[in-house]
Amino acid sequence: MRFAGDSGDGMQLVGSQFTATSAVFGNDIATFPDYPAEIRAPLGTPAGVSGFQVNFASRHVFTPGDRADVLVAMNPAALKVNVGDLVDGGILVVNADEFDETNLQRAQYGANPLETGELSRFRLYKVPITTQTLEAVKQAGLGPRDAGRCKNFYALGLVYWLFDRPLEPTERWINSKFGKVPAVAQANTLALRAGYAYGETAEIFTVRYRVKPADLPAGTYRNLTGNQATALGLVAAAQLAGRPLFYGSYPITPASEILHELSTHHSFDVRVFQAEDEIAAMCSVVGAAFAGAIAVTGTSGPGMALKQEAIGLAVMTELPCVIVNVQRGGPSTGLPTKTEQADLWQAMLGRNGECPVPVVAARSPADCFWTALEATRVAVKYMTPVIMLSDGYLAQGSEPWRAPEDGELPALEVRFATDPATFEPYARLENGERPWAIPGTPGLHHRIGGLEKEHVSGNVCYVPENHQRMVELRAQKVANVARDVPDQEVFGAQRGELLVVSWGGTFGCVRTAIEQARDNGKDVSHVHLRWLNPMPRNLGEILSRFRKVLVCELNMGQLQLLLRGRYLVDAAGLHKVQGRPFMVSEVLDKVDELLGGKAL
Amino acid sequence: MSVARVETAGITPKEYKTDQQVKWCPGCGDHSILIQLQKVLATRGADRDHTVFVSGIGCSSRFPYYMNTYGIHGIHGRAPAIATGVKCANPELDVWVVTGDGDGLSIGGNHFIHTARRNVGLKIILFNNRIYGLTKGQYSPTSELGTRTKSSPGGSIDYPVHPISLAIGAEVTFAARAVDTDVPHLQYVLRRMMEHRGTAFLEVYQNCQVYNANAYGWATDRQTRNEHIVYLEHGKPLIFGTNRDKGIRLRGDAFEVVELAKASQDELVVHDEKAANPSMAFRLAQMHYPEFPEPLGIFRAIEKPAYEELLTGQIAAARKKEGPPKLERLFHAGEMWKVG
Repeated sequence: MRFAGDSGDGMQLVGSQFTATSAVFGNDIATFPDYPAEIRAPLGTPAGVSGFQVNFASRHVFTPGDRADVLVAMNPAALKVNVGDLVDGGILVVNADEFDETNLQRAQYGANPLETGELSRFRLYKVPITTQTLEAVKQAGLGPRDAGRCKNFYALGLVYWLFDRPLEPTERWINSKFGKVPAVAQANTLALRAGYAYGETAEIFTVRYRVKPADLPAGTYRNLTGNQATALGLVAAAQLAGRPLFYGSYPITPASEILHELSTHHSFDVRVFQAEDEIAAMCSVVGAAFAGAIAVTGTSGPGMALKQEAIGLAVMTELPCVIVNVQRGGPSTGLPTKTEQADLWQAMLGRNGECPVPVVAARSPADCFWTALEATRVAVKYMTPVIMLSDGYLAQGSEPWRAPEDGELPALEVRFATDPATFEPYARLENGERPWAIPGTPGLHHRIGGLEKEHVSGNVCYVPENHQRMVELRAQKVANVARDVPDQEVFGAQRGELLVVSWGGTFGCVRTAIEQARDNGKDVSHVHLRWLNPMPRNLGEILSRFRKVLVCELNMGQLQLLLRGRYLVDAAGLHKVQGRPFMVSEVLDKVDELLGGKAL
Repeated sequence: MSVARVETAGITPKEYKTDQQVKWCPGCGDHSILIQLQKVLATRGADRDHTVFVSGIGCSSRFPYYMNTYGIHGIHGRAPAIATGVKCANPELDVWVVTGDGDGLSIGGNHFIHTARRNVGLKIILFNNRIYGLTKGQYSPTSELGTRTKSSPGGSIDYPVHPISLAIGAEVTFAARAVDTDVPHLQYVLRRMMEHRGTAFLEVYQNCQVYNANAYGWATDRQTRNEHIVYLEHGKPLIFGTNRDKGIRLRGDAFEVVELAKASQDELVVHDEKAANPSMAFRLAQMHYPEFPEPLGIFRAIEKPAYEELLTGQIAAARKKEGPPKLERLFHAGEMWKVG
């Protein structure tokens, strides 16, 4: 199901409402908002089209779907940009009122597609959404401009009818959102109901769908985007550690919602610092970590580049902190609102000197919660910065998240040094980490900094052998994190012809593809990596059990090169850099190509 | 941390010294600042366990290694940002930033401005020697126009930035200037800094013996300096001169120097460090030698809630409204539904 319209048409809003209602109804869901970087691109043009895709099902779904079965297009530009993704025979609802000469021209249509027959392979419904909305909301007494803005709710009502969804959750939402402006609340409710009634009475729809609740594990659920889940994971981590959460960040798409979400949780001792720039954000994190907070920053690619020197300082001072990089299309400003996985090298290798940092990647919106928790736990345990990779697709997409129950959360133990008699700032403890001694602790005053440290004492030291030793100690400490990385599991056969390797946000798509391929008798298995540094201890051995290895990633082969370098494996790659996730069919095609028709 | 603060009565300056060898050049003004600060901290009984020194990169930024407190020697220009993190994580700490003209105003200019306007409770000392020392003698953002250095053999063509002007432009709540060799005055200003809530900024005219020797000779020479500097004292008229025979008065839009013999005391500018409007403080910061005597002392010292107070205030308010931090409350919010 995809909603598409002008950026000002409220498509993200109705998309998330449809998602929330379907989630509460019990469907499994996966969403993919897709919108332009410009706040208001020229009206009616393809540049300004904003879309929201939601996949909802009675079974478990991993992806928002390759292509849409239903498309609602609010104007000609939205039709033009999205119609290529609608399946043949799919339902196409258009706002017929908007297909006038001006809008057709803005969308660069020579002739009206509603009349040329070019849409005949779809089930096309031409609904006068604008005029119907204006008529429906008349009694609320809004001006024509405000009245017209209710048309997204009319479209939503129509879709609710089509899929037999209840209106109550959205009506409740409208009242809580617009309660202070009763006329607006009333108008939106009227539009929603009118859309629903149109479906029921107009008798133009010959079908109506009932998607039953999905069979999810028992529990209490809530719909979360990846960014929200990341924020909750960080708050939970700090609470488990019994420390304040310090979040120093500079607004950047698509990571800003972490900042927004955390700013609503002051009561959990969340201290949000909106810094003057990306560098200050990371530096404040180093300071907060020194002073004993659970210190975190969030950013995206360009901001990550700016933070790297200060991440190096955190490596040198061996202070625990988490850097969340919500990746977007690059290089430079790139594609701010679109997804990509091209910051893996930046995370692994982006700093001066020998500067290893543990790197962990979330695989789904809900998994961002667990990944944030794990990143924090490892940071504190090993006294190191940890980079958590998310991406635009996970950050803004959503899925049902089961609230953790008692005993499900890991222990997150913080051990501060307290004994002046034995304290040495750079002594090594059991996991290779140094002690965490925070200001305010009697008798433990000490100095740390970016200059090379003498082993144990932590004094500035330029002795050649000491530098070599310290570089090795820091590397060993990060390698030790492998103790906390579970052995890699293989989906499918444990050995065979082809192993597909993926990481991060491509999990849903790749797993769906491999499931389908295996159902069709293909000899293919799947490994999805969570920890990129260090990698699971058994990974090399797994790779050696397959004749061919294929790495699927939304970049030009970054993990592929790391695997080739580390394990001497002749891995092939499937690379896509279009600002969009993989389609299941793209992975399947590549699998077929590599298998050359070999069956299981 | 809610560890009880111990007022360390009877602490001596020596106890603030570390076992690290001080590696500044002989004759460098940094030595004096270090010693005076150690003395002032001792007089005040400052608790070493609750004191943090944060610095960036440059000669002055080695300072934390020589202070037996907590400390971070950070990266170039970023000390105010690092220190802001320290202060937010634990507002009970006394957090000092030590920086120089290159570190604080060139690469770190942005952080300096934003720290000042937020009024974060940091004490920032800027050692201004008008030269890059550690990189061996290039002109700095405070070097005067025409300064000949390795990177400006034909004379610098950069107009200098004036630290106090910049700080007051950012509406810092405390701005002061002192000279490294004027020991009693430097100690006085450091004491006043310690008492200030919010950002306290001190510019020290500091001599670089190797690359910019005698840059402040006019302000340090005992025979002539009183002709070239004017001490700012709250509530008192601006009077200077070896014989205290000159004053500053405002004529229209501009200051002018007058001989007291030829003018009435009532015409002189009376210093008000507590003025809410920063305009007069800014005007004082624009007085430059040799046209004017340069002001030393406290340009501005006003009361305004500090950033960390507002931060903790919001947390306390949210906790009062929403109750204790239970994870159950964090997880179970918004539309929830049950399965199974």
